[in-house]
This record gives sequence, structure tokens and C-alpha cells, in this order.
Amino acid sequence: MEELSSRTEQAPVAEDLRLAIREWLSENFPPALAVPAARETETELVKQWRTAMGEKGWCMPTWPKQYGGGGFSKEEVRILNQELERIGAYNPVGTRETVFGETLKHYGTEEQKSYHLPKMVRGEFSWCQGFSEPGAGSDLAGLQMKAEETPEGYLLNGQKIWTSGATESNWCFCLVRTDTTRKHDGISFILVDMNTPGFEVRPIRLIDGSSPFCELFLTDVLVPKENILGEVNKGWEVAKFQLQVERTTVATSKKGHGSIPGPGIKDLACEHVGTDDAGRLVDADLRSRIASHLVKEKAFNLTFKRAAAGPAVASVLKNAGSDIRQTRAELSIEVLGHQGLGWSGDAFTEDELAINKSFLFGKSASIAAGSFEIQYNILSKRILGLPEMKSKV
Amino acid sequence: MIALNEEQIMLRDSAYDWAQECSPVNAFRKLRDSQTGLGYDPEAWHHIAEMGWPGIVVPESQGGLEFGHRSLGLVLEALARTLTASPLLSCAAVANAIVLGDNQSMSEEWLPKLALGEAIGALACDETARHNPERVSCEIKDGYLSGKKLFVHEGNAADVLIVTAKLNGNIELFAIPTTTKGIKRTPLDMSDSRDTAHIEFDSVAIDPTWQLKGGKLLLTTVLNRARIYAAAEMQGLARQAFETTVEYLKVRSQYGQLIGAFQALQHRAAKMFTELELTQSCVDAALDAIDEGDENISEMASVAQMMACETTNLVTNEMIQMHGGVGMTDEHDAGFYLKRARVLEAWLGNAAFHRERFAVLNAF
Repeated sequence: MEELSSRTEQAPVAEDLRLAIREWLSENFPPALAVPAARETETELVKQWRTAMGEKGWCMPTWPKQYGGGGFSKEEVRILNQELERIGAYNPVGTRETVFGETLKHYGTEEQKSYHLPKMVRGEFSWCQGFSEPGAGSDLAGLQMKAEETPEGYLLNGQKIWTSGATESNWCFCLVRTDTTRKHDGISFILVDMNTPGFEVRPIRLIDGSSPFCELFLTDVLVPKENILGEVNKGWEVAKFQLQVERTTVATSKKGHGSIPGPGIKDLACEHVGTDDAGRLVDADLRSRIASHLVKEKAFNLTFKRAAAGPAVASVLKNAGSDIRQTRAELSIEVLGHQGLGWSGDAFTEDELAINKSFLFGKSASIAAGSFEIQYNILSKRILGLPEMKSKV
Repeated sequence: MIALNEEQIMLRDSAYDWAQECSPVNAFRKLRDSQTGLGYDPEAWHHIAEMGWPGIVVPESQGGLEFGHRSLGLVLEALARTLTASPLLSCAAVANAIVLGDNQSMSEEWLPKLALGEAIGALACDETARHNPERVSCEIKDGYLSGKKLFVHEGNAADVLIVTAKLNGNIELFAIPTTTKGIKRTPLDMSDSRDTAHIEFDSVAIDPTWQLKGGKLLLTTVLNRARIYAAAEMQGLARQAFETTVEYLKVRSQYGQLIGAFQALQHRAAKMFTELELTQSCVDAALDAIDEGDENISEMASVAQMMACETTNLVTNEMIQMHGGVGMTDEHDAGFYLKRARVLEAWLGNAAFHRERFAVLNAF
């Protein structure tokens, strides 16, 4: 409705902008990149597009121009996105930067913002996150990475885990312990140049054979004092902000919710399990479970459309989404039998192998970005207002 | 998903306020205890009629408000929160049948009365204890109807019945006045203490003008709408059952703790909240789908009903369990929610019925 009314009364200024964007895109977007597969590897063309968009400020169109943004209004962003979509172009900056950029903008000093934001926008610095540790997962505030204050700066020692994109990043924002006597109030948020001596990155092999995450080993990594984001020992507040932005972005981008390779579960089941004369799946129990799953998927999609952003919605969608994705994967491998359990080789089709790998990797959906149980904690405490446990004396 | 307009928000809020203030659960308790045998609250119905709600889905030309199905859903949800014993849902379903049945004389006869709450309508479409509207053995031969309809909601209070019957081998729908000779109604004492009847037709002379146009297709459309209304009613009931339960978790102490601090209960509450939100989306979208004339209305009705049945079932069970012993007592309201929930689940197809129907509609 809002869109309709704004379309009928297009201001001439907006039309001028649209034409300007269109002209610039036709000159600068490499048509070869209209095919999504061509963007997956870091080619010269990909770099060229990122640099061009970055210099224009259109990677972060709503950000102020002084930080490398486009200084666009919401309406202007809509026009930009329409024009990008029209020719199959895309925004070259990833979610990690978009999310962390918000945190940096919110908590950074003027120096930090003017140094980092433009480099982030141009893709010069790409960022990864050093939050979780082997001993601090769901209970993130139990983290132990030591940051010892010295005259030269902070000396970092410890280990981080589950960092995605570490091999492609050159900067890392970390949560470190600057006070060992207090839990939440002893954490600081610090920005680390990954080229500093003592910073080691090791990929982790997962159950599906892929390695999207890394471990970070920091040994006497020296970080300048001015790289603290926010105040010393107030890093937990910054981290909560960052996680909230992340959850909302993930929940409202629909990415990571329930996409499974291959044909739909219904067709897969009809093909592999068989149907009777009336076209019904012969396995009545499976049929009922598939129907139930598809109804829930509809409910999820309708909720996605209905919901305004906010913490309640983010947690509802996160849990419903991971549940649906995992159920679909379980149903898929169940339907395929042994054929859905192959690891590699010609005996299996690409779809079959992908379904199995997706089933395996999909187990992470209810663990990463706040586990299923953490989302329930958030809902019960923050939304339903259920009480905290009184500690027993 | 369509945002509510200002009038709809006002309607929703006034229905909510009215139910909380003028028709609390205690009013239902009084009705049940009154031993009058009435399965609805005439005083509440009088107020509801004054506010015009029975006319929400009746065309303006017939004295209705013509305010849309989403609007009716908002009222049904609000009234269900306090288990308001009213025939509003059945009356709206009957109005739909008559409007869609394209029958001028029946429209003129019944719609103005239905719109003002002066006549009560009931759907008489089931002949078995389990919902199965395609099984019709009531038959009209030589102008006389014989057969029996079971578990007709609001069947005792009804002035007009929408009856399915075979005529020349086809399922047809008729708007039959309950004053017609040969109709015998037997009230049933159901656990929800609401109005339910078996209705027998013993050679009832059928006036040909009572026949609605559309046959089986009309039946499907009328039932789809009624199912979506019922999903809205279940959603309101479940929402209140949930909120009452969460409030209890915040006041009941055991082992020196408020029981709401126990994670085992917190996570079950969070699950209920999640299911309620998912179901709400389906109910809202299904009501919108009626208003928009969506072709996929059959599927939307089954999606909404399956979700509403499952969620209502879960929440009313948890309401009893989380209240513990007090939830088992007649003095507490939890039992009312459980009992009404099960009757609503059984009425127009339970979760299993709609899972099956969803699969058939999707050709698997």
C-alpha cells in the first residue's frame, strides 16, 4: 500500500536519481556478474565491482557520506535496489560487514569511524567475529581470552572458535577479558588487525566435510589501546547490540531458513516411495508427516510476511526456521533411504549428495547464532517476562 | 497480509473490552450452573446484536454492516478469550450460505433477521460423530426430507438450519425453518455446556424455494469459511489460555521459587508462544483470503484449522498441567478452556482431518 502511493506521486527529483543510477550502473556493472555463480570466487571483476560501488557509497547506501555511505533516504535506497535488481546487479558487501558496520557506527569514536567505515565500505577491510571460545558457547560471557594492559597496548592470549569467513578476512572484532574478577563487567570489545604477529587461523572440518568456520589462536598479539570499541569493561553491552542486529538481520533476510537443495519433499516422496491409484503416497504415516511439515512451512512463511522486526519475532522465526529446515532434511533422507546417505562417488546424484550434506550441515541451524534453547530463554525472559531463578542460600 | 484499518482496530478493541467487562468467564460459569438448559447467553447475545456484530458479513442491502471476514474474525477471537457463549459464528456461517446460495427469497426472508441477531442459524451438515460432510444420507424424495443430522452446534436455539441432503443423487443445500413440521430436536449435554443437538427430519415437506444454488461447491465454500472462523475462535481461546497460564507461572511458588523461573516450564511456555504466533499468521491470512476471494481458500482453511487445532490442543493441555491440582478443579476456569477446545477441534475437522485434506489438495 505504501509502495503504491509513493509510486503514483513520484517526485521529479526521484526520477532524476533513478536515471542517474541507471546510467551509472550501465557503465559500471560488469554484465558477466549478473550470473550469481560468477560472484562466488574473488575474481578481478568482483573486486572491480566492489571498488566501484564502494567509491560511489552505494554498498552502504543509508550511511552518511563522510563514512563512505551514500547518504540515501529509505525511498532513495528503494530506487537503488530496484535499479540493481532490474539488471541483475547486486550489493557486493556482505552481511558480516553490514551488521558490524551498525555496531561500529553506534559505538565507535569519531577516529574509529572515519578510519574503519570507509575501508569497510570499499571492501579494503573485511571483518570476522571472535566471540565464542571452546569454553564459552551459549554462555558467551564466560569467555577467557586474556587482554593484558601494557604500556604498548593490550596483549591478547587465548583461543576463539566458530569464526566464519576468517580465511577471507583481515580484521577481527573480538571479545576479550580485561578484568578477571568480574564476569559480564570484565569484558571488552576490541578491534584486531589479523596481520599482527601471533594471530593464527585454522579451519575446522565439520561433520558434512565442509570448513566454513575457523579457530583463531592468539599468542601475545599486541593491539593498540585505541582499538577498544566502546568503553573498557563495557564490551558486553556492545556485544549484545551486535548480536541483536545480527539476529534481526538473519531473521528478516530469510537467508538460512529452510532452503534445501533438489525438488520439493512432496515430489521426492512420490517418486521414491510411490503412490496408489488415487495418487496418494503409499506410506500413510510419512504422508501425514509431510503434510504437517508443509503446513508448518506455510505458517512460517506467513509469519515472516506478517511480522515486524523485533526480538520476539527474531527468536520465533529463528526457532521455527531451524525446526522446519531440519525436519525437511530428515524427511528427505528418510525418503531416499540408503540413496540419501552417500558421502561421495558416482553411485549418487549431485542432488542426493547435496541433500545428505545439507542434512548434516543443517544440524547447525539450531546451534549457531543463539541455539534453540537460547532463543527459548530470550522468549521466556524478555518477551513473556518469566522470572529469574532465585539463588539458593 | 493486510494491515488492519482504523475501523478494524476500533472494532477489535471494543470487542475485547466488551468481552472482558461484560462477558467474563464467570458469565459462562453462571450460564452453565443455571440449569436452564440454554447453551448460549441470551443477554450477551442481545448486547452483541445491539453492537451489530451478527451483521458483519451480511451485505448492507440486507441490513448488514458488510464489514468483511477479517473483521468478524477479530470479534470471534476477542469473544473466545472469555468463552462468551454466543451463536455468532454459526449465524455468520449461515448468512454466508444464504448470500452465496444466490436465492432472493431466502435472502429477504433471513438475512435482515440474521443481521440484527433476531434469528439464529445453524449448520446441519454432519451425520456422523466425526466430521465428514461428504457423507450425506439425508434425502429428499417426492418433496419430503428424511434423515438425521448429528451434533449440530446451536441446533437447539436455531430458527433456520442449513441442511445438506441428497436430491436426485446430488448433494444440495436448503435453508429450512426449524418451525417446520416433522423436525425433532434432541438437546445433547456436551462437556463444553454449549448448544448442541441431534436433529431428525421425519418426512419434512420441503418448499422448493428453500433450495440454495451451488450444491457441493457451495457446501465446500460455506464450510471453508466456517472453518476459518472456527480457527479464529480457537486462536482467541488459546491466546487467553496461554496468557492466564503464564500469569500463573509468575505467582505460584514452590521450593522457594516462582515456578516460572524453572527452565523446564519456561521453554514450554516459549514453545506455546512460538506456536501461537505461527497460528496467528495462518488465521489472519485465511481471513484475508476470504475477503480477497483467494482461489486457494480450501488450502488456507485447512492450514489455519490444522495449526489452530494443534495449538489449541497443546495450550489447553499445558494450561491444566502447569496449573497442577488447581487446574483439575471445577472451581478453576482451566477445565472450561480444555472442554470447549476439544468440542471446537471436533466440529469442522480436527488436525488429522485437515492434514489429510491438505495432502489431497496438494495431490500427494
